[in-house]
Amino acid sequence: MPTPRYLALAAGLLFAGSATAQDWSTIRIATEGAYAPWNFTTAAGELAGFELDLAADLCARMEAECEIVSQAWDGIIPALQAGRYDAIMAGMSITDARREVIDFSRSYATTPAIFVAPKDSALAAAELPEIRIDMSDVTDEQQAVIEQLRDLTAGMIVGVQTATIHENFLREYMTDIDIRTYDTQENLDLDLQAGRIDIALADQSGWQPLLEGATGDDFMRVGPGFSGGIFGEGVGVGIRQEDTALVEKFDAAIQAALEDGTVSALAIEWFGFDSAAIP
Amino acid sequence: MDFAALVRYGPELASGLPQTLLLVGQSLALGFVLALVIALMRLSANPLVSGFAYGFVYVFRSTPLLVQIFLIYYGSGQFRPFLQDIGLWVFFRDAWFCAVLALTLNTGAYTSEIIRGGIQSVPFGQLEAGRAVGMSPLQLFRRITFPIAIRQALPAYGNEIILMVKASSLASTITILEITGIAKKIIAATFQPVEVFIIAGAFYLLMNFVVTQAIRYAEYRLSPKSPAARARAEERRQKAILAR
Repeated sequence: MPTPRYLALAAGLLFAGSATAQDWSTIRIATEGAYAPWNFTTAAGELAGFELDLAADLCARMEAECEIVSQAWDGIIPALQAGRYDAIMAGMSITDARREVIDFSRSYATTPAIFVAPKDSALAAAELPEIRIDMSDVTDEQQAVIEQLRDLTAGMIVGVQTATIHENFLREYMTDIDIRTYDTQENLDLDLQAGRIDIALADQSGWQPLLEGATGDDFMRVGPGFSGGIFGEGVGVGIRQEDTALVEKFDAAIQAALEDGTVSALAIEWFGFDSAAIP
Repeated sequence: MDFAALVRYGPELASGLPQTLLLVGQSLALGFVLALVIALMRLSANPLVSGFAYGFVYVFRSTPLLVQIFLIYYGSGQFRPFLQDIGLWVFFRDAWFCAVLALTLNTGAYTSEIIRGGIQSVPFGQLEAGRAVGMSPLQLFRRITFPIAIRQALPAYGNEIILMVKASSLASTITILEITGIAKKIIAATFQPVEVFIIAGAFYLLMNFVVTQAIRYAEYRLSPKSPAARARAEERRQKAILAR
């Protein structure tokens, strides 16, 4: 039976813990560890990738001690809300739906979403233009391409990672397709290679391991690269809504890293192209 | 806690109920047949036959079901050219087939041990009595060994059915939208894991409540000491007397 004195002590320890967390000298950051080259787990079991290097740089700028933890994608927002960590850096796009439950820093990267299919797909003959479409401002010409894509994919099995902007796009803009959802991009790649799905939608950078892998020559990009609108405003750090001070810290650090070219350098190192957000 | 969510997501989650029931039903039916074969093989005097059965049970009981599902689904994808050559890819391409296969092999392994225990618990005297009245080995199995073994094994098998209802949730990891799969989909869109999992959990509770009651009823019906069984035995005795 704990006496009131012990209770007071326990309460004191609890509040002491949260008080030290509030000045953000230590920050716990979650990543997925299965979304190369953004973040992935090496054969040795260590986390690596663009976001791991970027997190190290940002933490140095914020003069904070950072601990990186891995968390499965489908629970990554609920666990943030539950206080298991303070920030998410996991290739997460800033969208209105997510803004309703968490807050975001400014974006640090932006890459388009593209469809990928096997080269022997019926879509190969269509030769859709590889244009860039901003979903917040679609021209008539671009709308025609989207409609052409919708007609061509009718009746197909389409793969996508669950709980992503890409899944939202499929559900909203495509009709007559059978959507298969995957927990990770890696498993999506496996099923595309196995031929269980006809085509899949994901971030251009997320496709890199497949397209540059051993069987990469069997696959091709199909049609336009999508961004904006339903695809959000780029990738940012997810933070609890009440932690406004932490958002400001990340904003300042990201802004500085974008301006001095650190983000671009890391992007070129990991993606092979500059996917840094516009400062 | 958002109580309105409980009502809001109930119907969508309920739409996964038939999928879960079908998955469990198919796997249990196929798994029971498999288990019977494996149990009889395990009791065979031939060391090769019983050794194979032992190996099968050992492998499938000692590895996690999640690993088995992943290996059967994603593993088979790696051997696609070979499976296409032998004409089996049409089955392995289908996530449902892979899920039923994994669940069937798993429950087959567990249930075979349950049945083996039941068969070995049949009192020798009963078998001797059967032989004494001239029953063939098949008649002996059908009329004496199997009914007694099933009665003995029923409580353990009831447990296995409950485990299977819960294990079917792992099929959600290979794109199947049963209750857990739909729950994950809703959570992905709403970020309300607590509310959604509470309803999903309630559906599993409900299913297993029905299973528990059904098993209790079956146990009661099959028990030689139950009033119903006594009445049936009495009825048979009366008929036998009248027929004489």
